[in-house]
Amino acid sequence: MTMPATASGNQGLQFEQPLIFEQDTRGATAVDLPALPHTRERLGTLKNTQAIGLPGLSEPEVVRHYTRLSQKNYSIDSGFYPLGSCTMKHNPRLNEKMARLPGFADIHPFQPVSTIQGALELIDTTAHWLKQLTGMPAVAMSPAAGAHGELCGLMCIKAAHVAHNQGTRTVVLVPESAHGTNPATAALCGYSVEAIPANSEGRVDLAALQAALDKHSADVAAVMITNPNTCGLFERECIQAAEMIHAAGAYFYMDGANFNAIVGRLRIGDLGVDAMHINLHKTFSTPHGGGGPGAGPTVLSAALASYAPVPFVVHGKDGFSVEEHAGLGGAQDSFGRMKGYHGQFGVFVRALSYMMAMGADGLKQASGDAVLNANYLLARLSAEMTPAFAGPCMHECVFDDRFLKGTGVTTLDIAKALIDEGVHPPTMYFPLVVHGALLMEPTETESKATLDQFVESMLHLARKAKAGGAEAEFRAAPQFSPRRRLDETKAARKPVLRWMPPTAGASSQAAE
Amino acid sequence: MRYLPLSETNRRDMLAAIGAGSVDELFRDLPKAALAKARIDLPNSASEIEVERALSAMAAKNRNCGQGPSFLGCGNYRHHTPASLDYLIQRGEFLTAYTPYQPEISQGTLQAIFEFQSQVALITGMEVANASMYDGATACAEAVTMAARVTKRNKAILSGNLHPHYRDVTLTNCKFLDMQIEALAPDPTAIEDLVGRVGPDLACVVVQTPGFFGHLNDYSNLAKACHAAGAFLVVCVTEPVALGLITPPGHIGADIVVGEGQSMAGPMSFGGPGVGLFATREKFLRQMPGRLAGETTDENGRRGWVLTLSTREQHIRREKATSNICTNSGLIALAFSVHMTLLGEAGFTNLARLNHATAVSLAEKLEQIKGVKLLPSAFFNEFAVKLGKPAEAVVEKLAARGILAGVPAARFYPTYPELADVLLVAATETNTESDIDAFAARLKEALA
Repeated sequence: MTMPATASGNQGLQFEQPLIFEQDTRGATAVDLPALPHTRERLGTLKNTQAIGLPGLSEPEVVRHYTRLSQKNYSIDSGFYPLGSCTMKHNPRLNEKMARLPGFADIHPFQPVSTIQGALELIDTTAHWLKQLTGMPAVAMSPAAGAHGELCGLMCIKAAHVAHNQGTRTVVLVPESAHGTNPATAALCGYSVEAIPANSEGRVDLAALQAALDKHSADVAAVMITNPNTCGLFERECIQAAEMIHAAGAYFYMDGANFNAIVGRLRIGDLGVDAMHINLHKTFSTPHGGGGPGAGPTVLSAALASYAPVPFVVHGKDGFSVEEHAGLGGAQDSFGRMKGYHGQFGVFVRALSYMMAMGADGLKQASGDAVLNANYLLARLSAEMTPAFAGPCMHECVFDDRFLKGTGVTTLDIAKALIDEGVHPPTMYFPLVVHGALLMEPTETESKATLDQFVESMLHLARKAKAGGAEAEFRAAPQFSPRRRLDETKAARKPVLRWMPPTAGASSQAAE
Repeated sequence: MRYLPLSETNRRDMLAAIGAGSVDELFRDLPKAALAKARIDLPNSASEIEVERALSAMAAKNRNCGQGPSFLGCGNYRHHTPASLDYLIQRGEFLTAYTPYQPEISQGTLQAIFEFQSQVALITGMEVANASMYDGATACAEAVTMAARVTKRNKAILSGNLHPHYRDVTLTNCKFLDMQIEALAPDPTAIEDLVGRVGPDLACVVVQTPGFFGHLNDYSNLAKACHAAGAFLVVCVTEPVALGLITPPGHIGADIVVGEGQSMAGPMSFGGPGVGLFATREKFLRQMPGRLAGETTDENGRRGWVLTLSTREQHIRREKATSNICTNSGLIALAFSVHMTLLGEAGFTNLARLNHATAVSLAEKLEQIKGVKLLPSAFFNEFAVKLGKPAEAVVEKLAARGILAGVPAARFYPTYPELADVLLVAATETNTESDIDAFAARLKEALA
């Protein structure tokens, strides 16, 4: 089917939308301001005399611009988003409403502490929920996202080693299946990274872990294990692993990206964990916002708690107060500050709103439904696809590309064909230990009808690929999206990363 | 529970399809000993109205800045945001989308990032900008480690005019790396000599404009000295509205410009989430942290955008990545960009002029009070004043009279008794003439 060409380039409700810079009306603005008071300028020598180059648009033009841009996006509001390891669950609007209460939104981080007791109570209450749900005695609230939480945990670990004259430990052990942030974070603490191989079941091999601990003996600072791991499996020997890690004088960091699978059922404090970050934007439903913001509070064991970063809220007889200075007062051992102000406060409000709505019973039901949904996909899709590991899985299931062998169709092709089916593709080619991986995380907020529709789409594509002769059709997918496949090589070879005025050259050209 | 669509019938049917007897059976890999111990002492689920009631009660314990005149700054500013801004960023297609890893169905986010990058590059006077960092302080820390990578040197000097949180986050991030960071003492009177400290072993000098105490220092000689020594000049901007009126840092020779975008993006929200701005020169692009959106074409030759140069990033490069950052501040960056688009050149420069004029009005009123001394001679919308009396007590006194008077410097520098009488005061377009009069009158009483 070929589409008729339109004069505008639009295709019905799919609009072509130029850049804001291409809609410039010189002098236009969508913001009228009150008149200036008459004062003399006190800018010294720094007054700008040149134009900046920002485009001018009226309010209706701006509203239409962003409305049209929004319509080019897939989102959890509009469809199924089985993106493994990302926990794309429903984002309740109540959370947004709560974060916009003037008592939360319109407060300044440096108001007198007597005027922000409710904000400190909110942080303290959120911390209480997180400690209860993890069975851990302390939580550092300020990390801004998962990777930042990892940094928080490893910095606590480094500080603890230094305090115990073990600062010479230089190695962090990380399973091969780990998220890229784990080794990247270890490097930021000056650690070198050694991989631990997985066994054939997709789990950490305890013998290999022991061998690595022995090999590096007194050099291992920490072991970072994602649990449930990125293969969607629970590391069932994690308690033994914790004992081995502690016997070697190292600490056990658990990557909490997949906490949604166990929340409300299992407390990681009962597993011997020393530190774990919690992605509030995954497990606790705060919106991903097209890439952020998130929040990565990091729960800490008693052994690490005193090294936590500032600021933290303390409760005294006069109400709440904040420890803001590492090395002073109640923060003598704190390793320092890792973020401005009081952390991702607006994200805490949303997460607490969600946790209070769900409650202990609702959260347990949520992890149950998340795991049930993933196992349902695993069971039904196994009819045509090849699961990488035997079930049961936790909150996500992973398939390899054996079912595509000899078809000429790739994991990428399947993913792109799913776009035409109206589904956001699963995580592709991750974890790295699974060949041609498709990692699917349905979450608990999808109905059985949605899962059934997805299964139909997936099985249809798998059968079509296996039947042969559909290579070209797959390679052409997606066809119904606002754009067809984009040329990523071209984008990287000659990066155009900003708009440039036409007169000053067609594009910005980066140095190679 | 209203967020969970599965019915009991659904669950039974699905368990049958799986071949499991119960949901608990699916959790059989969890250690039994730990499962048995898991007592969770938290309330059960609550209706929307109950949650709203509980959180509203908590919010009501705060005094919000709309309840009376407020003059707080220090990197977090109260500005008016147009009504359309919050509406646009709450559109579900922006709010509830993931990182745009599937470009065919993420062109909205990607084009918005491209526009954001362009706007940030323009206002900072730099060549390229990334898709955002967590906040200004972490962006500052990343700028220092980037300067070290490019120059292959490990020493950095942090000006005493740098926001103390930016200083502290930079010190923390470099704490366990092979870096030597010299953080200079607070510099309320702008007398520190940075040029004289530049040497051949230096990776970068970090300054802030407008400075933490409000000064508008001209750093062009410092830039020249840094470049002569092969070092970077890193410039932090904690109040980007200033860039509507002052010379962009890129035009005085900055190599990296970082900043906090909150003031342009939306509510103060007790300091977070904000959005870190990060801009640099093209030739350093490949050492830059964070995501980048770039232009390309699709199979039909139509213009489109993708995330690009990701070989710098952790999901490809792992321990050799330029940063460990993954999640950034996408939605706040969008809010920043929408506001910048609403303002345009005319609105942005007008907003900056209005901020400056309001701050000058305030300064003129405060200067008339006996015992008050304004520290900066040139400033944008914020300045430090010496009160001759402990600022913390004055702030408490004025808070009791309904005015949030500013931030005592002692909040950041508890070990510097000479700063005990210094108050940091900011004024924005949200402050009216009567706010300013009330502040001046109450301050005069408090100091009498």
